[in-house]
Amino acid sequence: MSEQIASADNKTNDKDTINEFVTFFIDDQIFGIPVSAIHEVFHPQSITRVPLAPPEIRGVLNLRGRIVTAIEVREKLNLPALEQDQQSLMAIGVEINGESYGLIIDRVGDVLQLPRGKSEAVPMNFDPAWQKFTTEIYRLEDKLLIIMDIKRLLDFETKSEMAA
Amino acid sequence: MDDLLSDFLAETQESLEVVDAELVKFEQQPEDDATLNNIFRLVHTIKGTCGFLGLPRLEALAHAGETLLGKYRDKALIATPDTVTLILESIDKIKEILDYLTETQSEPEGGDEEIISKLVAASEGSMEVAVTASAPAVETETAPVAEEELDEAPIGFDEDLDRDLRPGEVSLADLEAAFLAADGPDLDQLAVEADEAIKQEEDKKAAKKEVKKSTEPLKIVQTVRVNVDSLEDLMAMVSELVLTRNQLLQTVRETNSDDLKLPLQRLSSVTAELQEGVMKTRMQPIGNAWKKLPRIVRDSAKAVNKKVQLNMKGEQTELDRQVLELIGDPLTHMVRNSCDHGLEPSDIRVAAGKPEAGQINLSAYHEGGHIVIEIADDGAGLPTSKIRSKAIKNGTISQEDADAMTDNQIHRLIFAAGLSTAAAVTSISGRGVGMDVVRSNIEQIGGTIDLKSIDGQGTTFKIKIPLTLAIVSALIVETRAGKFAIPQLAVVELVRTTANGDHRIETISNARVLRLRDKLLPILDLSEIIGEPAEKEEKGTGFVVVMTVGEQTFGVLVDSVFDTEEIVVKPMSDRLKSIEIFSGNTILGDGSVIMIVDPNGIARQVGSLNDVEQASAKSKNMTSDSETKTAMLLFFAGGKEPKAVPLSLVTRLEEIDPQKIEISNGRHLVQYRDTLMPLIHAGGAPSFNEETPQPVLVFTDDGRSVGLAVDEIVDIVEEVLHIEMADNSPEIIGSAVLKGKATEVLDVGHFLTLGFHDWFERAAADQETQETAAKRVLLVDDNAFFRNMVKPLLSAAGYEVTAIESTSEAWKLNEAGVEFDIIVSDIEMPDDNGVDFANRLAKDLRWSTVPRLALSALEQHDLEKIGATTAFTDVVRKSDRESLVSTINYVLQLKGEAA
Repeated sequence: MSEQIASADNKTNDKDTINEFVTFFIDDQIFGIPVSAIHEVFHPQSITRVPLAPPEIRGVLNLRGRIVTAIEVREKLNLPALEQDQQSLMAIGVEINGESYGLIIDRVGDVLQLPRGKSEAVPMNFDPAWQKFTTEIYRLEDKLLIIMDIKRLLDFETKSEMAA
Repeated sequence: MDDLLSDFLAETQESLEVVDAELVKFEQQPEDDATLNNIFRLVHTIKGTCGFLGLPRLEALAHAGETLLGKYRDKALIATPDTVTLILESIDKIKEILDYLTETQSEPEGGDEEIISKLVAASEGSMEVAVTASAPAVETETAPVAEEELDEAPIGFDEDLDRDLRPGEVSLADLEAAFLAADGPDLDQLAVEADEAIKQEEDKKAAKKEVKKSTEPLKIVQTVRVNVDSLEDLMAMVSELVLTRNQLLQTVRETNSDDLKLPLQRLSSVTAELQEGVMKTRMQPIGNAWKKLPRIVRDSAKAVNKKVQLNMKGEQTELDRQVLELIGDPLTHMVRNSCDHGLEPSDIRVAAGKPEAGQINLSAYHEGGHIVIEIADDGAGLPTSKIRSKAIKNGTISQEDADAMTDNQIHRLIFAAGLSTAAAVTSISGRGVGMDVVRSNIEQIGGTIDLKSIDGQGTTFKIKIPLTLAIVSALIVETRAGKFAIPQLAVVELVRTTANGDHRIETISNARVLRLRDKLLPILDLSEIIGEPAEKEEKGTGFVVVMTVGEQTFGVLVDSVFDTEEIVVKPMSDRLKSIEIFSGNTILGDGSVIMIVDPNGIARQVGSLNDVEQASAKSKNMTSDSETKTAMLLFFAGGKEPKAVPLSLVTRLEEIDPQKIEISNGRHLVQYRDTLMPLIHAGGAPSFNEETPQPVLVFTDDGRSVGLAVDEIVDIVEEVLHIEMADNSPEIIGSAVLKGKATEVLDVGHFLTLGFHDWFERAAADQETQETAAKRVLLVDDNAFFRNMVKPLLSAAGYEVTAIESTSEAWKLNEAGVEFDIIVSDIEMPDDNGVDFANRLAKDLRWSTVPRLALSALEQHDLEKIGATTAFTDVVRKSDRESLVSTINYVLQLKGEAA
């Protein structure tokens, strides 16, 4: 049901020069999250809706005895929800501050290894909502890969800043 | 850290706690040898261990303390509060050094000459010198006065050493005696010391084993110190095991596989035992959290110069150590509060006729899966008016709210955040500092706190907490929005409601209520609370989960109820913590995740109006005082006009199967609760339903019931009654406008006599066997309806009742020389008020000896007025018929005895 991301074995020596990203799609846009931030990719099943929760929280679910909070990434990107049946849902499991979250995405892409330092800064005219969580952008052959900071996507960073 | 050292630290910490408590006890009862021996032994053990671990500074301190204690034990000296304070100081010093040791694993630099010399001085009987001298290290060989006094036991000189003792030193003979007198652990300690001296190179752990062995013959329960973390891990794993077992059980139930059933059953029982066993290892007596309290009470009582006695009950009550840790601070805080603010200074207490020493009673006991801790003081009670004005001032409540609140509700405001932090309240009223923190700490562990304060008699806090945090049993319920878990802790009972059954939910001015036994229970719809209300009018049937949080009781309406499950509480994600009504989530046996409802969160939704009675009291207060609302039951019975009876007179509403209605001797009867109940139709004609269930209002009095059959029960309304009197028909008191319609108000008394012809006569006859002459009651009430309701009631009870509507009529009767045995008066009347009336009566020549009874709705403003006078003998609740009669009986009986 869930596929652990196998740590790629042939690039251990390139650690200093290569960044590894798990990519995923929302509509046709490709996003990347550093492999190190990701626990697993799984099909979320039987999500329990949480009444009164913020709209981006789709609910909570049981993933091998742990309770995972499912986050609707489309909602965070201000995109309309997609009509999907439960079976085909995909989620990326991450852990923040000791809590488990599942980011619900459209579909998972490949694991990409990209050279460090070859990325571009975030353009000035980027949608401010997107700017918040984008750390860098890679130019792939045919499209642009947006690298996400999950903590910022989930507002943890801004929250702690506000608290400070 | 060195194993030995850490063991020593842990052990010593515990011993010191005991010493603290025992010393306080000793101070109060200096003649109690057992206590003193215990203290001596503990201090001695500490000293011994210190010496052997090479901690000279601690050793010297403990030694000096021990010397002084030795004197007490030998009766050479008598303990005084000052010397006990000194010993406590030295214990504090030892604690300080221990803390330092814990951090750095070595003793801090410096010495404790000052305190040691004081201790020595004290042990040589010259306490005065030591405490008055500000300079340390007084060489106290010269304490002539003391030595003369104690010539039997010259302390300064030691024969064994053939020289004077140095400060802090104790004579060998004394030591010997001390060792011999002390039992058990002392010898062990000696054994350890001896062992160590001989085989210093030997492994220290071996020595420890030696100690264990030597304790065996003493039949002491063997214990092993276990790291708390390993216990926690064990607990977490057991929790997971419980979950997995639940999941397995569910699966097997679904697949119905017989092969698995037996092993699973065993797994299940083993898991349950394991869970219980692990829980047990985590259980500790609550006395552990109380140990430091006597000392705290003693110190704070001393600081504010009060006499306080702390009584503890139920120290052996066990609860989870995690819970124990979490309640430690709130408890300390509250006990200190009771001491500082709850109890009055001695002179005020004496003036108020209370014993000089204030009492703080601490008790703990089990109550259905949770623990109740009560902290009660016999102080002055909470200053209601000050809290009220303060709360209004800082905006916690509005003036209108404040007027509508009962004293108890006002008292609860001390748990509100804004109120407690204000220093102004502390200085005038005390109490309240950090009570919000106390509350939130207790709520965090799923507990509740409530208080009861009686002016002049004290305040009682009641804390209810679960035995353990990790696994709780919860009721699984379902609404349209899904399943939820409600912790059993808060659940009192379940009531099934149907659209027209015994228990149906009624609406009174937009508030939903359930008539449950004698109470109106406010009802909240769980689907509404969670923001997903059900479609209108769909809610005919369902379950009401009756919950109690603090002193609030309310019902939560759900669609269906599953079973109870042991659930493992898992904390909610950070992103969901802001949702007040959930406290956590859990995984059910079927693997799904559900949210755990927080009873405290729901209680907050109920708000400060914790039952409808108060809600209606509030609306009453908003209308003018003289217009009291009465709850009326509306129904149809023969004819198109609605009819009504006061709700307070109705005992039950029943639906009776028409098949069961029997006719005997021309009367309709039905078997009801093992007796025959006469049925009378409210419409007059005997036109009972033939097919459909017959709705019946049941009136019960004195063990007998009469059923009043009606066509249809319509509603319950609460309105101000203006009854237009009717004069033609006996069954009708009059008519009133209810819900915008003219409604006939029936005279229940009339129907009762129809049911039992002797209804009133029998009661009167009963009465007459006891009393030769009927007692004469004067009833003064401006409310005609009420007079009409009460008069037959009192007549039925054998009294001769004169009912009048104003006090001026009463004076006319007085002038006319009419005599009465008792006067029952309303408080609020248009032309006079009952209090003035009573005051004047008390001075009246003719009627001053006649007992006066106040009739009241027992609302705030009434009670205040009644409290302002002593002219009333007693107060009785207006709507409570039974207690009216019994109070009158009682008062008359008293008078009879006095005469």
